[in-house]
Amino acid sequence: MKNIWKKHGVLERRSIVLTVAILLVVSVGGLVEIAPLFYLESTIEKVKGVRPYTPLELAGRDIYIREGCYNCHSQMIRPLRDEVERYGHYSLAAESMYDHPFQWGSKRTGPDLARVGGKYSDDWHRDHLIDPRSVVPESVMPPYAFLSGRELETKDVQAKLAAMTKVGVPYTQDMIDNAKADLMTQADPFAPARDLKGRYGEAVLQRDFDGDPARLTEMDALIAYMQMLGTLVDFSTYEAEAPENLR
Amino acid sequence: MINGLMTLSGAWDKLRTDPVIRMMVVAIAFYGMSTFEGPLMSIRAVNSLSHYTDWTIGHVHSGALGWVGFISFGAMYCLVPWLWKKDRLYSNQLVEWHFWIATTGILLYICAMWVSGIMEGLMWREYTSQGFLANSFVETVAAKHVENVIRMVGGLMYLSGALIMSYNLWRTVRLPSPASAAATPAPALIPAE
Repeated sequence: MKNIWKKHGVLERRSIVLTVAILLVVSVGGLVEIAPLFYLESTIEKVKGVRPYTPLELAGRDIYIREGCYNCHSQMIRPLRDEVERYGHYSLAAESMYDHPFQWGSKRTGPDLARVGGKYSDDWHRDHLIDPRSVVPESVMPPYAFLSGRELETKDVQAKLAAMTKVGVPYTQDMIDNAKADLMTQADPFAPARDLKGRYGEAVLQRDFDGDPARLTEMDALIAYMQMLGTLVDFSTYEAEAPENLR
Repeated sequence: MINGLMTLSGAWDKLRTDPVIRMMVVAIAFYGMSTFEGPLMSIRAVNSLSHYTDWTIGHVHSGALGWVGFISFGAMYCLVPWLWKKDRLYSNQLVEWHFWIATTGILLYICAMWVSGIMEGLMWREYTSQGFLANSFVETVAAKHVENVIRMVGGLMYLSGALIMSYNLWRTVRLPSPASAAATPAPALIPAE
């Protein structure tokens, strides 16, 4: 036994041998944590109402990420009394299952946005994004007025949906083929919505989000995204204790 | 951390004469503190208060600026004269200035973040006697104003320390090399065991 301890010089003198040995030791932790996941049927319970983003909401989410909103806003309500009272029902894993990357965040310089949908009017959101201090005097948020001046880029929307399918979001071929039409329809309150709602559900919000019916702007997309956040699950009927939710 | 600090056993007087050692001792102190703080913050009861607040930001900066930053400063002050074959730094006095400005700066920064983080965590969960939430979110934002000003001052002090170092190292590189340096062969490497 004593001689084995003296052999550590073998490792310390050969960097490749040491590297291989470190990798072996470190991989134990990774294997113990990762390997079981391949044998579980599912790590996320299925919850009624959760659906992939519509093309307009997905474009809004991309603006949310591009502008770094996640640096200051979380999207994860913890099951603590004060958070549930302040923001609403605690977040379910299923509610971020189609977020790639997830938007839980790690800092609340501004409030949590997991259930901001429906909390304020579209007008409030537009005013707030153009000049945050016009509606919240103490706010430290920078203004994003330029969003209402920029046309929404729509030519890559099909590719965006197709990319999401590669990471497991169940967009159908039908959804991908009609992505651009669905995007235009959702931002136009007078367009026939039967196809859009057939694909994404009756609850999809269809209106002119930025108050400028002549143009389809980045403001439209971002407000459409924020107005649906946390609204997919109907918590008047959701039972956390039901057997299908306790798996 | 203990191993690092006790390496100075019997040589603590070097803290007074060798500014590089002083940098490294502060680095190791911050290393010990932030690696203790990390597991502490992973405990559920602590995390329910600290998560999403400025406390987390203060914690990572005590690791990044306190430990990684100061150990890098110490290493640079040691390596630059070696690499450019100088027998000394341009100015030990400037190292001293760097040390005190950066140390004061980071202490201001981290203490401000502790105070504002714990304060906002407590304000988020504060209730009135009737059981309602006592503070709106934006009241907690407004309450952090002073701490954020202190944070900015501390950060600027830390940055100016680094600028002093850059100047000092640049002047060190431009010092005339000692005449013997080119002629003397490199000392033979001695095995560690």
